[in-house]
Amino acid sequence: MTSSVWPALAALVVSAVGVLALLLAEKQWAVIAIIIAAGAAMFLARRFDWNERIRRSGAANSRKVFLAAMVLVVGAAFVMREHNFALLMLCTVMLMMVAGLGLTLQFGQAGVVNFAGAAFFGIGAYAAAVFATKTALPHLLVILAGGFFAALIGSVLVLPLLRTRGHYTALITIAFGILFKTFLEVNDALGGPQGLKVPGFVLFGHAFNDPIEIDEETEWSFYLAYAGLSLLLVAAAYAFVRRLERSWIGLAFDAVRIDETAASAFGVNVAAWKIAAFSIGNFLIGVAGAAYAMMTGFVAPTSFTFGDSLILVSIVILGGLGSALGLIPAALVVVVLPEKLQAIQEYRFLLFALLVIVILLVRPGGLLPRALRDYRVGAPR
Amino acid sequence: MTTPLLDARGLVVRFGGVTALDGLDLSVAAGETVGLIGPNGSGKTTFFNALTGFVRLAAGRAQLAGSDITGLEPRRIAAHGIARTFQRLRLLLELSVFDNLMLGQHLVLDHGPWSNLFVRRRFTAEVRRQAEAARALLAAFSPGLPARLFEPARALTMIDRRRVEICRALIRDPALLLLDEPSAGMTPDETAELMTDLLAVKAQRPALTVVIIEHDMAVIERVSDRCVVLDYGRKLAEGPYAAVAADPVVRRAYLGED
Ligand SMILES: Nc1ncnc2c1ncn2[C@@H]1O[C@H](COP(=O)(O)OP(=O)(O)O)[C@@H](O)[C@H]1O
Ligand SMILES: [Mg+2]
Repeated sequence: MTSSVWPALAALVVSAVGVLALLLAEKQWAVIAIIIAAGAAMFLARRFDWNERIRRSGAANSRKVFLAAMVLVVGAAFVMREHNFALLMLCTVMLMMVAGLGLTLQFGQAGVVNFAGAAFFGIGAYAAAVFATKTALPHLLVILAGGFFAALIGSVLVLPLLRTRGHYTALITIAFGILFKTFLEVNDALGGPQGLKVPGFVLFGHAFNDPIEIDEETEWSFYLAYAGLSLLLVAAAYAFVRRLERSWIGLAFDAVRIDETAASAFGVNVAAWKIAAFSIGNFLIGVAGAAYAMMTGFVAPTSFTFGDSLILVSIVILGGLGSALGLIPAALVVVVLPEKLQAIQEYRFLLFALLVIVILLVRPGGLLPRALRDYRVGAPR
Repeated sequence: MTTPLLDARGLVVRFGGVTALDGLDLSVAAGETVGLIGPNGSGKTTFFNALTGFVRLAAGRAQLAGSDITGLEPRRIAAHGIARTFQRLRLLLELSVFDNLMLGQHLVLDHGPWSNLFVRRRFTAEVRRQAEAARALLAAFSPGLPARLFEPARALTMIDRRRVEICRALIRDPALLLLDEPSAGMTPDETAELMTDLLAVKAQRPALTVVIIEHDMAVIERVSDRCVVLDYGRKLAEGPYAAVAADPVVRRAYLGED
């Protein structure tokens, strides 16, 4: 099957321009115009059946499209080089995607519910604070340590998770998230309710928190360096999760989610695969938390509430359960829209809840539903 | 006499007050096809569930090819070479036909992260090999099926879903194949067709041992070497189809005749 790369590339460029415009828009009417334009574009794509062509073109040229997407992010970051806030949002979207990838692997692929996403994000964040302050560990490793600790502490939940089903599992993770926040609030060594300062990221002697001076007049935002770091993390996490999905491992996750009985009848070790998915997912969520903490320079218990966990879950549901690609529009909607639309800022939780309900009712597969597994993608044919 | 492939002795299964299996003895020789019949609720499915580890035995033991499988987890029993279908179809409908068949191959596939994530060339070579084997097996059941390998199982008709479920159980070349009412939900013509395919596959694999639960007596007559009748979790009769069908006790209990 040969399919031209152009439809996917065109869709990618149009979307990137739209996102860039949204991130840089300052006037409310401009923001609303961009949202309307995005809606119109989606309507047209549907009306003229472009979606299927774009999807096929992307699937057949996944490597090229992946690289193009990275180039576009770099380009967009460069355009925003003097806009701190726009860059911060871009970084946040990418890090939320990393966390979303972890959660969609757990929840959407292996069927292990996790309503404590913010807690694992927080574990990564606090681990980064402690390791970057108390040790001389290189900062790339500090970020990995954040992921490692999230996976490690998550393992206390493994036994209860394996012994319960459905709602009970959800309740256990909710309880864990609340306990985690309470633990932070009363723990003075971790700064109590005030939280901790987190040193900025340093790589090969370059401190990411220093502005980038070009000449006397021009100074680029220090978030540019964090955009690079976030892009690196999200690209690696995305490639990892996609490959996992398109492998026998991904099939085992799906079988465990869809039908434990059928899976075990054919020799699948249901418990082991659940543990694997839960740990890998928590690792990714922890990595995102660590990077986010180093970027914002500060961690406190109030950032890791049950509400924040729900936001993560809503990103995953909005994008489409198990869909890695869907996380891109979902993270954009959830992170950027409330910042840009002052009118909805106060009602964001309410609106996300409504949005999730609407999606579940009218489009249960999410914004970009997960496609059937195609094992051949990502390899020479 | 050589040891039977399957040897179950004194199986007892209780659900609360109901005794679904009441001291059932059943053995099956290698290569044999046994038809398991009996009225609704007589414990046929429970027998399969007990053998494959899905319900707990209150008493009794089961051996497969001389090794004890009593009380093992389903996945361990699968590793001993038992594969089964389910009375109520258990295909993974949202996955492709190929994915479903590969679930049947779970114990054979290489799940190592190295080949799955990094050496994609080796991985895709395995995919290609498996796809070929899957196509060949599907073709034995229906010439149209191989072309639908990468379609969602949901898109298939009932008979094709049944075929795929049987292929999923067959693909790993199990020692013992347990078929639970494969004709459920199909027309008599479709059932006859399915049985023809099954007999053809069986002819190619003389070592394959099959226990088939069926309510359709014509099917049992056609495919089974021997027939076992259950009633209230006990063995009511056993023998060649003709003898069992003529047995007055069986006729009274099962065929509802006096
Ligand atoms: N999981 C279960 N829980 C309670 N009772 C069950 C269960 N499975 C089967 N039974 C009961 O055990 C008996 C045998 O059922 P089953 O093996 O399904 O019969 P058959 O397959 O011969 O129609 C029936 O009385 C049924 O109601
Ligand atoms: Mg039954």
